[in-house]
Amino acid sequence: MKKFNFKRILFAGMLAMLAAGPVLAEELVVYSARNEQLIKPLFDAYTAETGVEFKYITDKEGPLMERLKAEGKNTPADLLITVDAGNLWHAANEGLLQPVNSAVLAKNVPPFLRDADNQWFGLSLRARTIVYSTERVKPEELSTYEALGEPQWKGRLLLRTSKKVYNQSLVAMMIAEHGEQKTEQIVRSWVANLAAPPTSNDTQLMEAILAGQGDVGIVNTYYFGRLQKENPDIKLALFWPNQKQEKSGVHVNVSGAGVTKHAKHKEAAVKFLEWLSSEKAQNIFADANMEYPVNPAVQAHADVAAWGEFQKSPFNLTQAGALQGDAIKLMDRSEYR
Amino acid sequence: MSDPLIDRNTAPERAPQAGAFSAFLRRDFYSGWRLVILLVAVLVIAPMSVVFFSWLDPATEIWKHLAETLLAELLVNTFWLVIGVTTGTVLLGVSLAWLTAVCDFPGRKVFSWALLLPLAVPTYVLAFVSLGLFDFAGPVQTRLRAWFGSSAWFPDMRSTAGVVAVMTLALYPYVYLLTRNAFLTQGKRMLEAAESLGCSPWRAFFKVVLPMARPWIAGGALLVIMEALADFGAVSIFNYDTFTTAIYKAWFGFFSLPAAAQLSSLLVLIVFAIIAFEQWLRSRMRFTAARLSPTGERVQLGRTARWLACAYALAVLSVAFIVPLLQLLVWTLKVFHREFDSRYLQLLTHSLTLGLSAALLVSITALVLAYANRRHGDRLTRGLVRTANLGYALPGTVLAVGIFIPVAALDNTLISLAHKLFGLEIGMLLQGTIFIMLLAYLVRFMAAGFKPIDGAMHRVTPSIDEAARLLGLRGLKLLARIHLPMLRGGVLTAATLVFVDVMKEMPITLMTRPFGWDTFAVKIFELTSEGEWERAALPALTLLLSGLVPIILLMRHTEK
Repeated sequence: MKKFNFKRILFAGMLAMLAAGPVLAEELVVYSARNEQLIKPLFDAYTAETGVEFKYITDKEGPLMERLKAEGKNTPADLLITVDAGNLWHAANEGLLQPVNSAVLAKNVPPFLRDADNQWFGLSLRARTIVYSTERVKPEELSTYEALGEPQWKGRLLLRTSKKVYNQSLVAMMIAEHGEQKTEQIVRSWVANLAAPPTSNDTQLMEAILAGQGDVGIVNTYYFGRLQKENPDIKLALFWPNQKQEKSGVHVNVSGAGVTKHAKHKEAAVKFLEWLSSEKAQNIFADANMEYPVNPAVQAHADVAAWGEFQKSPFNLTQAGALQGDAIKLMDRSEYR
Repeated sequence: MSDPLIDRNTAPERAPQAGAFSAFLRRDFYSGWRLVILLVAVLVIAPMSVVFFSWLDPATEIWKHLAETLLAELLVNTFWLVIGVTTGTVLLGVSLAWLTAVCDFPGRKVFSWALLLPLAVPTYVLAFVSLGLFDFAGPVQTRLRAWFGSSAWFPDMRSTAGVVAVMTLALYPYVYLLTRNAFLTQGKRMLEAAESLGCSPWRAFFKVVLPMARPWIAGGALLVIMEALADFGAVSIFNYDTFTTAIYKAWFGFFSLPAAAQLSSLLVLIVFAIIAFEQWLRSRMRFTAARLSPTGERVQLGRTARWLACAYALAVLSVAFIVPLLQLLVWTLKVFHREFDSRYLQLLTHSLTLGLSAALLVSITALVLAYANRRHGDRLTRGLVRTANLGYALPGTVLAVGIFIPVAALDNTLISLAHKLFGLEIGMLLQGTIFIMLLAYLVRFMAAGFKPIDGAMHRVTPSIDEAARLLGLRGLKLLARIHLPMLRGGVLTAATLVFVDVMKEMPITLMTRPFGWDTFAVKIFELTSEGEWERAALPALTLLLSGLVPIILLMRHTEK
């Protein structure tokens, strides 16, 4: 018996030594699928304001969610930050997040940009819209996403690959709006109009339009913003589609965050989320990546506001997640690669 | 315990081969060597079994969808990719290795190490640079259109041929490095012997020299096949659908890790079959040539041939290294003033620490495995060693999860045990430590370390051991005085391959790194995931440059 006890004590001692490490009272641990360049400024500003320190790790959303799952209730993570409503929906659906009741967040984040159970909140908004060559296309020729499948765009349309979650969400939202059958027809008509195989990113797509390989395409606004910043005279422009239809509009998506189910610092995490939706943070958030603020009370960056006002698709973003699987299957069937 | 380095089984008459199971029951199975390989194999099998256990929950719906829509195309694409890249890398790798190791031509000395430099260029970087330069919107086609009005005749970059070309250029150094080592140790002697027996130089090359170098060529080609099968970066930049793409789609699109793991397990089976086939072919041959140093004289090429060789080597080096390097330089210069900061020193320290420790760990383990393989030729040992090499074939992200899940489970058990037994509240012990990262690298890069060392081991013939023992060398002395010098080239090659591979590696580093342990690869991932290629040029360039040092050191050591 004596020997056994000794072993036990030794084991306990070893564990204690290994686990020892100062536990800071004010510390938040973040798993982020947004890259450091985009989130670090926010962390730094918050630390300066409140003294709360951050520990964070960046990775793709898939591995981060598996990591949360594997760690279970022992996870050190307090917050999960990621892009795209589809990803956020899945995190909530997998039971990785917890509901947050906060009057501040309810006020600052419009209902269609957050989870119905308040498990996640959109923090910055991007629009996936039409981009066109100002040399070869007149804006009057454009009207809707759907119309890009019409014969006049034969051999002139460029798309990014269907593997990107942004396109999966766009198609998912179209399924929500039109139903599966009609959406498949639209996607097939797009594929038939392609000027070149789908590109692997939005920037490549716009460069191909500039080079004359195609005339129109669908991109996220901030990618266009980046090109425009480098070259103010760029011969491309954004077009806001689906403005004349009721219950339709430009497809918008968010980057967002949720408090993890087993967060050790829930209160601090909620406070940080509230701060992220505040005017100060919304400005940093949007300026860093030329996105739109989600908080309606906050003005967009001047360069971004210059692209004009537009009507947003009113569908709740939760559907982007719920219909993502259907969207991918539909795109596979339509031979949209 | 008996002397661990005396080996009974490599004597010309091998002990009868024991069946896998009966070997477990034999007592001597548990001798030192075997315990070590068992341990390594268990480490590799743990993540692998996470992958295989996914079959407990077959993702029927996703399989059905894939079968109906993409599967045929994926299989065809993957097939051509593997065939194309293997053929390409063997052609480039072997021819360049022969030219620089045995022949003489202008610039040979420089080329002999410079041709390895593409090893430091990650496949995804080469893919993006090539596409940036040669796609429709790239400067080359734009210039052509400006001159001739149309570049319609320009081959389409985003095609099977395009992907194959890029991956061939990125991966040929694996074959080059291993094969060159073989040619160097083999020297010109074989060629001369064959020629003296009446063979023409060409015939001698194909009938004698090449077959003699087979274990190395095959080792390099196997690494290439595994890389090509597991690659995600380059194929996704080209939007070229392969098996790996389907794995990512199953996981990131359908959020079905089981389906992704099931697809991955098929990749592992394919590679296992290829390895087994290769070993079976090899087992019927015996490699007993052993001349440590080449004769020093080189094959003199004719006047035209000399310059053709030079032009050929220069062409390969240009497209695989110089052009991408210049492109990265141009981008870096554009962003340097706002991107470069003090954290680069930290990134460098992290990358180097990880690369060097992993190189050391993997090389030592590979050495042990190669010894065990040589000493115990039975089926179980060979099976375990083969299994230990399979980590290279899994897409990194899947392997990262396979490693993370058991580690987290172990941690969770320890935490609840500590709580139950001692009432202690402890945090995660293992995960998020460098230790786990290194173990993960070991699993991933075992093959890259094993292949060169195992190849070199074939040069250490039983008669050398016997002669040494007759002269009184035993145990560690035998290892230090005879074996290590003979294996030096192989060990250095292994260490370099692993070092460079670890520096470039992304998914495992991302998943298992402790907080704040960012590396160049992490930096590149963050920027490229947002499509910021120009800003990623600076970390890519530094990664590339810091990979050059070990490569140059390696060549100086092996060059005679």
